[in-house]
Amino acid sequence: MEILLAFLVGGLAAVGVYLMLRPHLIQFLIGFLVLGNAANLLIFTAGRLGSQFPPLVQPSGAVLEPYANPLPQALILTAIVIGFALAAFGIVLFYRAQQALGTLNAETILEAPDVSPAPSPVDELPTEGVRR
Amino acid sequence: MSWLLVLPLLVPLTTGILCLVLPGRTAQRVLGLAGALGLLAAGLALLAQVQRQGIQAVQIGNWPAPFGITFVADHLSALMVLISGVVAVAVALFALAENDQAREGLGYYALGHLLLFGVNGAFLTGDLFNLYVWFEVLLLASFVLMILGGSKAQLAGGVKYFAVSLLSSILFLVAVGLLYGATGALNMADLALRVERVHPGLLTALSMLFLVAFGLKAAVFPFFFWLPASYPAPPAMISALFAGLLTKVGVYALIRVFTLIFTHDTGFTHSLILWVAGFTLLLGALMALAQGELRRLLSFQLVSHIGYMLMGLGILTPLALAGSVFYALNHMIVIAALFLLAGLLQRLQGTTVLVRMGGLYGPYPWLAVLFLLPGLSLAGLPPFSGFWAKYTLVAAGLQAGQYGIVAVALLVGLLTLLSMGLVFAEVFWKKAPEGARAAPGGLGGRVLPVGLLAVLTLAIGLWAEPLLSLSQAAARELLEPAGYIQAVLGVSR
Amino acid sequence: MNTLILKTTSRFLFTLLLLLSVFLLLRGHNEPGGGFIGALVAVGAYALFALAHGVSAARKLLPLPPLRLVGWGLLVALLSALPALLLGRPLMTGQWFSLLGVKLGTPILFDIGVYLTVFGALLSAIFGLEEAAHHPSEDA
Repeated sequence: MEILLAFLVGGLAAVGVYLMLRPHLIQFLIGFLVLGNAANLLIFTAGRLGSQFPPLVQPSGAVLEPYANPLPQALILTAIVIGFALAAFGIVLFYRAQQALGTLNAETILEAPDVSPAPSPVDELPTEGVRR
Repeated sequence: MSWLLVLPLLVPLTTGILCLVLPGRTAQRVLGLAGALGLLAAGLALLAQVQRQGIQAVQIGNWPAPFGITFVADHLSALMVLISGVVAVAVALFALAENDQAREGLGYYALGHLLLFGVNGAFLTGDLFNLYVWFEVLLLASFVLMILGGSKAQLAGGVKYFAVSLLSSILFLVAVGLLYGATGALNMADLALRVERVHPGLLTALSMLFLVAFGLKAAVFPFFFWLPASYPAPPAMISALFAGLLTKVGVYALIRVFTLIFTHDTGFTHSLILWVAGFTLLLGALMALAQGELRRLLSFQLVSHIGYMLMGLGILTPLALAGSVFYALNHMIVIAALFLLAGLLQRLQGTTVLVRMGGLYGPYPWLAVLFLLPGLSLAGLPPFSGFWAKYTLVAAGLQAGQYGIVAVALLVGLLTLLSMGLVFAEVFWKKAPEGARAAPGGLGGRVLPVGLLAVLTLAIGLWAEPLLSLSQAAARELLEPAGYIQAVLGVSR
Repeated sequence: MNTLILKTTSRFLFTLLLLLSVFLLLRGHNEPGGGFIGALVAVGAYALFALAHGVSAARKLLPLPPLRLVGWGLLVALLSALPALLLGRPLMTGQWFSLLGVKLGTPILFDIGVYLTVFGALLSAIFGLEEAAHHPSEDA
């Protein structure tokens, strides 16, 4: 089972990285979500599957058998919530960026005229406005 | 006295919440300053407490370590909290004078204090996963601050900043998950005890994940490209806060994990950090020289000088670590002052493009002095705080026989001086170019915070002993984690 | 999307979903549920209503602007953390007491804070997007 999940994590990570490398920012965001799922599954697997490591021991020493380790689940839950908040913010941010900049192509945003590097002092005085 | 430890968290959180709840702008402005002053006071009290009674630890929710979340304050944490309070006060004063009604209406003060909440949480937490959560708190606040007001440049910068932050967050999460899988612990003190049982190769691989994740946040070579692309975008009252605090959280995290947890193979990991430090120093300084816009130039200076902090971590002797800590504290003050000053200059001339600035020495000679104080401190000239920070690092490097990095450090000091001299010549010395704004607006109270920070760097330079001895105490604690572990777990190694 | 069917059903679903969200919030006391998931359901209710009747109609059903709700939620969560501090225990230590046989404590207060915070934050994002989609000129 661990092997299977390891491959799944690897596959998800590959898909996520591929999407994050695409120029379109929505693809980037989807890639982030997929990669986030890969990370969550990874934590889940790293925390040992099944209930062979009982986390709760009663004061008498008796082991509470059918319980799995809750900590990875708590971590994943936190990570999911945070990823959710980041994704929600990202959608709003990209929407606004689309409206203001007219594009969601990462390469075009880099070359947007009014955010490009200002001319160096040795250059000719520019005629166009670069003022922020 | 457990409340003293959580005070640097409660003060900004309460301030931020009240700013959200209270509608009036006046109330928010008063609260913004009061909260920053309160944070400064809390930082002072915490440092005094740590100085008197040693490392402080509190178990949140009364769940004993290593099961619950621990907050720990040693000298390093307390000093970082204190200086973040200083930066907060300066920025709050600047924002009050700036009187940016649109951004204040959008919740500038609330977001600023939530950012401080996240930053101080990251400084104080003793739990690795909790550190991840604090990173996200400060990131979310910084995302909104970055695009607050929604100008085109801000949105373009915000997209880049957001994208890179997402990547580093995931890497951090993966690293924490794998470390948990290998050790079964998340409490940093507990981790320090347990990593001995982990295969050293695996541990080195994990440490590299952390180096990349925190390196992205701290903007070190080769991960610094995003910082100059985004930090110049927001107005000075936001970018100064970012420049002073955010990268330092990454540096703090690096110092913490690479002194407490990953010390099994310093020959590899810390040598690598030294290389990273060297390239960061050199490339940042060279790129800064190539910039024609003041805030981008300062951003590259910011990147470059992160290298100094890593240099001390890479050398890993008591003196070198003390130098790192001292440098981080000094740099927070100096770079915040310079970013605020860039805001002043932009107000005076309507631009921060160097070719179109000039002639300010005549009407504003005192402003030139105000620039030179932090500028020369950044370059590491005596009698400013930057001199002692660099001096300590160079001395430590020579002691440890790391001549290569010392040479780079000295060269970069020279390049920084050159860069600051260039700015001085362009902005103050040369004649105002044709079409430059002739009748500048008034500066008003905006000068006060810059002046305070500038005087502070001079004062630390003239009386370096107290801060230096505190930094040395911090370094001693970092190199002997037994005290830290004892304070958190109640057992010694 | 303002069809008659959606408009009619959204009124019923709105109430039902809000009830479900409160149920989930209280259930989180001892069983799966809690403030976060409850708030998500409540946001779903408001989002559905906004889809059917427009954002301004949905806004009228809110006691406070969404971002103000975030502030109040955080305040409630903060208040739940403080009693322990006043009693000399570490921050956020759960304090419990009984009221008419019902066991109450600071964790439920914290959950309500989470509920309000998540609700306000998400709703402001959704309303912002909806309004921007209908009046793009306002944001440009």
